[in-house]
Amino acid sequence: MTFEPLSRRRLLTRAGALGLLATIGTLVTPRLVLAAWNKAAFESKTLPETYKLMGAEGATESGDVQILASDIAENGAVVPVQAVSKLPDTTQISFLVEKNPNMLAALFDIGPDMVPDVTTRIKMGQTSNVVVLVKAGGKYFTATKEIKVTLGGCGG
Amino acid sequence: MGNPMKIRAASKDGITEVKVLMSHEMETGFRKDASGAPIPAWFISEVTAKLGDKVVMEAQWGPSVSKNPFLAFKIKGGKAGDKVTITWVDSKGDTRTDTATVT
Amino acid sequence: MKRWHAIGIATALAVVGASTGVVSAETDKSIESIEQYREALRDGNPAELFEAQGEELWKTPAGPKNVSLEGCDLGLGAGVVQGAYAHLPRFFKDTGKVQDVESRVLTCMSTLQGIDVKPLIDAKFNTPEKDRLEAIATYVSGQSKGVKVEVSLVHPEERKAFELGKRMFYYQGGPHDFSCSTCHGQEGVRIRLQELPNIPTHKGAAAGWTSWPAYRVSAGQMWGMQWRLADCFRQQRFPEPIYGSDVTVALSMYMAATANGATMDTPGIKR
Repeated sequence: MTFEPLSRRRLLTRAGALGLLATIGTLVTPRLVLAAWNKAAFESKTLPETYKLMGAEGATESGDVQILASDIAENGAVVPVQAVSKLPDTTQISFLVEKNPNMLAALFDIGPDMVPDVTTRIKMGQTSNVVVLVKAGGKYFTATKEIKVTLGGCGG
Repeated sequence: MGNPMKIRAASKDGITEVKVLMSHEMETGFRKDASGAPIPAWFISEVTAKLGDKVVMEAQWGPSVSKNPFLAFKIKGGKAGDKVTITWVDSKGDTRTDTATVT
Repeated sequence: MKRWHAIGIATALAVVGASTGVVSAETDKSIESIEQYREALRDGNPAELFEAQGEELWKTPAGPKNVSLEGCDLGLGAGVVQGAYAHLPRFFKDTGKVQDVESRVLTCMSTLQGIDVKPLIDAKFNTPEKDRLEAIATYVSGQSKGVKVEVSLVHPEERKAFELGKRMFYYQGGPHDFSCSTCHGQEGVRIRLQELPNIPTHKGAAAGWTSWPAYRVSAGQMWGMQWRLADCFRQQRFPEPIYGSDVTVALSMYMAATANGATMDTPGIKR
């Protein structure tokens, strides 16, 4: 579960405390992608900027990408969202919330052993478009749905 | 170390469906405590899923994934008795790994 | 006339609910959508995490006597957890009191484990002390999922608790002149999109009683009935009741007995 280079650094720090043995086990784990936690993308404040930092500029709407969620979320603290891609060679699925302080909520790099169908739950500060961004065959595609939030979910 | 995850993994028609609940605050960094001081961000930033020894998914999360996160996904293949292992790492460097047997 | 009336309400709601986009014409659709939302949450209820913690706390030796709670008698005999929640509150001979799950667990902690429970009773909600009690209540409730509520009113103390609970339910006071029944004593009312159960009816009592302890998604907290009731007191601007005190158990007795025959669906999940 290492992400280069950030996680490896963290891992090595931990390794000092945990002992070398644990580290060896982790380092030999085959990696899916060589991606560091994309700090810049997670902290960016506009959708175009986020796309740019994800290398997803020029993403186009596609009917083969689906976002499944209820039209209304009773509480923005927990909004269930499911993304499904019917595109061949889907390698990445991300969830973005247009009106959150930072748009990017979660990004999933998936290997060829995965069905491109991922469900999670996200926070929404207010009613907003939620975008599923899919990388397939090296290109980016989107599906968008507005989810109404009756009670914002970031104030605690 | 964090509290244990709840992992359910069930195989049907050649697809293994995995559902995971994780115990984590997922603090956004935007909230304030009772004295008005900001509560620092603290969230699971990386999640890895393995079927047996093979990594099938690597996720990067921000703080807008809900508290006590839920995650569901589907793996091609896998059969009863196989192991599904989930590992998370949070923004403080804490980590937790749990394994479930596919039913 | 009826139609004008409906438009009037719709207009009023449109003004009040502008930010939520909820108007009466769309209410059915909204309720349907909210139902969809709730359905999505039921699969993968984070309450399961608390159930697991509660089970661990139940089975792990603790306290000055270093024993687990596994010998605790929740009413169906020492060590029986399965189905116990569905039969609570009930009268216990050893304490001479009617007890709910939380007050009974405190008794077991005190007698079996030798723990001084006063600090646990006095601890605020949303503290590690109280969270442990919530987790245990959640675990016990989960062991009654699918079991029919069957609360006894045979013992005079049980009957007395029921009557006291009923009195408390209708007791009106505080700076807002509120009672439980102000919100929970009529059909078809709600706050935002949350329907408020009409507790004096079987259906209403069942909706309330069988779905707590519940995971509250709003704050990501696990609430047992004691916390739920304490918060109702707060909303009524009543003083906070003592955790596990007679009046709180009595309110639970009134609800549980009115819900008799309904099926436990715990732990639940709420907005």
